[in-house]
Amino acid sequence: MRSGRSSSNADAVLAEVVRDEAGRVTAALIRRFGDFDLAEECSQDALVAALESWPRDGIPDRPGAWLLTVASRRALNQLARDKQYRQKVGELAREVRPEEEDDRLRLILTCCHPALSREAQVGLTLRAVCGFTTAEIARAFLAPEATVAQRLVRAKHKIASAGIPYRIPSGSELNERLAEVLAVLYLLFNEGHLSTRGSSSFQRDLAEDAAWLAALLSRLLPDEPEVLGLLALMKLHLARGESRFNESGDMVLLADQDRARWNHALIAEAIALIERAAAFGRPGPYQLEAAIAACHAEAPNLEATDWHQVVVLYDMLLALAPSPVVKLNRAIAVWKIEGPVAALHDLEDIAPKLDGYHLFHATRGELLSELGRREQAHAEQLRALDLTNNAAERSLLRRRLFT
Amino acid sequence: MKYVFLFCGTPADQAAFDTLTPEQLKERYAEVGRWFAQNQARLGHGNQLQGPDTATTVRFQPDGKPIVRDGLFLEGKEIVGGYTEVDVANLDEALAMAKSWPGRGTIEVRPVIQQR
Repeated sequence: MRSGRSSSNADAVLAEVVRDEAGRVTAALIRRFGDFDLAEECSQDALVAALESWPRDGIPDRPGAWLLTVASRRALNQLARDKQYRQKVGELAREVRPEEEDDRLRLILTCCHPALSREAQVGLTLRAVCGFTTAEIARAFLAPEATVAQRLVRAKHKIASAGIPYRIPSGSELNERLAEVLAVLYLLFNEGHLSTRGSSSFQRDLAEDAAWLAALLSRLLPDEPEVLGLLALMKLHLARGESRFNESGDMVLLADQDRARWNHALIAEAIALIERAAAFGRPGPYQLEAAIAACHAEAPNLEATDWHQVVVLYDMLLALAPSPVVKLNRAIAVWKIEGPVAALHDLEDIAPKLDGYHLFHATRGELLSELGRREQAHAEQLRALDLTNNAAERSLLRRRLFT
Repeated sequence: MKYVFLFCGTPADQAAFDTLTPEQLKERYAEVGRWFAQNQARLGHGNQLQGPDTATTVRFQPDGKPIVRDGLFLEGKEIVGGYTEVDVANLDEALAMAKSWPGRGTIEVRPVIQQR
C-alpha cells in the first residue's frame, strides 16, 4: 500500500499516520510490558488491523490512542493465556499513554544493536519504528515474505535470549551505537534511492522513510552533528532524485541533469543542516559527504562546480575513513581541475581494489575516450556493463557504448 | 544474566603472541591479571585450556554410537583456548567487558540457558 507511486492520496495519508504512530506504540508497549517481542508483535497486529479498517471506516481522531488500545488489548489477552506472565498483568491496571515521553530513541538503538545482523537491524527498524508490515518489507527487498518473517522471529528471539537491553548508552558507547544506526539508515536510503535489483530502479518510498527516520533521530539527538550530516546528505540526494531519470526511465548523468528541476528548497534545508552541524566542530564522514554533495547542488552547472573545494573535502574524508571508492570520486574531481591524464594516474593506485566495481571501469572508460584511446575505452565500458545488474545503469552504459 | 566467554584464537594470533619480547609478555600477563582482578565480582568458573593437539573428540553417529577421534571438533582455524563464566545485567555489560579484554584474539559471548 505504501510502496506504489500510483497509490492515492488517502493511502499516502494513511501511510504517514501509521509511520508517525507505529514507533510510539511499540515503544509505549515495551515500556509497560518490558518484553520487546510481545510489544512488537502486538503493535504489528494493531497496524494490520488499522490498515484493514481505516480505509473502510476512516482514520480515527486519535490514531495513536486507537492503535495503542488495540495493541494493549492483544498484549493483555496474550499474557492472560500465559501463566508465566500472570504477575505482570497486575501491573497493567495503569493506563498506557503514548504521549508521556518519546521512547523511540531507545527503540531505534535496540533495533540497530550491533549484536544483530544487518538484515535483522533493517527489518526490525522498518517494522517496529516505521510501521512497515512484514509483507511491505518483503516487497521492498524483493524477498519472500516467509523469509523476512523468519528473520524477524530469529532477531527477536536473540534480543530476548541473549539479553540485549532496552537502553540508551552514553559517552563513547553512544557514539559507537549511533554509527551503527546511521549505517542502517544510509543502507535503507540507498536501497530505496538506487535499487540494484529488479526493473523499477527508483523506489521512492524506502528512501523517504530513511530520511524520515534520520529527521526523527535529529530531533531525538539534536547535538549529534553526524545525524544532521546524514539527514542533509539524504535531502541533497532526494532534491536531485527526480532529475536522475528521464521519462523513459533512463538514467541521466549529473552533467546532463536539468538543474532547474532540482528541489532548491530542499537543497537550502540541507545546507542549513550542514552549517548547523559544522558549528559543533566535530566533522565526520556523513557531514563531509553532505558538504561534497552540497558543492554539486549549489553549482549552476557542472563547469561552475567548486572542484578545488570538492578535492579538499575528499582529502578530509580520506583522512577520516580511507576508501578506494572515495579515491575514485576524488580522481573525478582531479579530472575536472587537471585533466584526464592526472586522473588516470590517480586511478592506477586503486585499480587492483576496484577491479570488480562497475563505476571504476566506467570512469576509466570515459577518461580514455577523452584522450582518444578508443579501443581501450571500449574495453573498459564493456567491463563496466558486465559488472552491473541495475537496469537504468546498464541502459546508460549501453548508450555510451553504441552511440 | 549469565554468559560464557569463549576465548578463541587463530594461528595468526598465536604467531603474534609468540613474537612478543619477554618484557611485552610480562606486560601482557600483567594486563590480563588486572582484567581478572577488576572483573572478579562478575566472573564465575573459568579455565585456560591446553593446546589443540591435546584435544580428543567423542562424536555420536546418527545411530547413537560414539566414535572417539584425535583432534578438535571445529575443522576451522579458530581454536578455543579458554573460557570463563560471566554474570552481568545484560549483553551490553558483557560486551563492554569483552571489549576490555587485553589478551587479543576473538571472544565468543554466549548466553547460558537460565534455569527457572
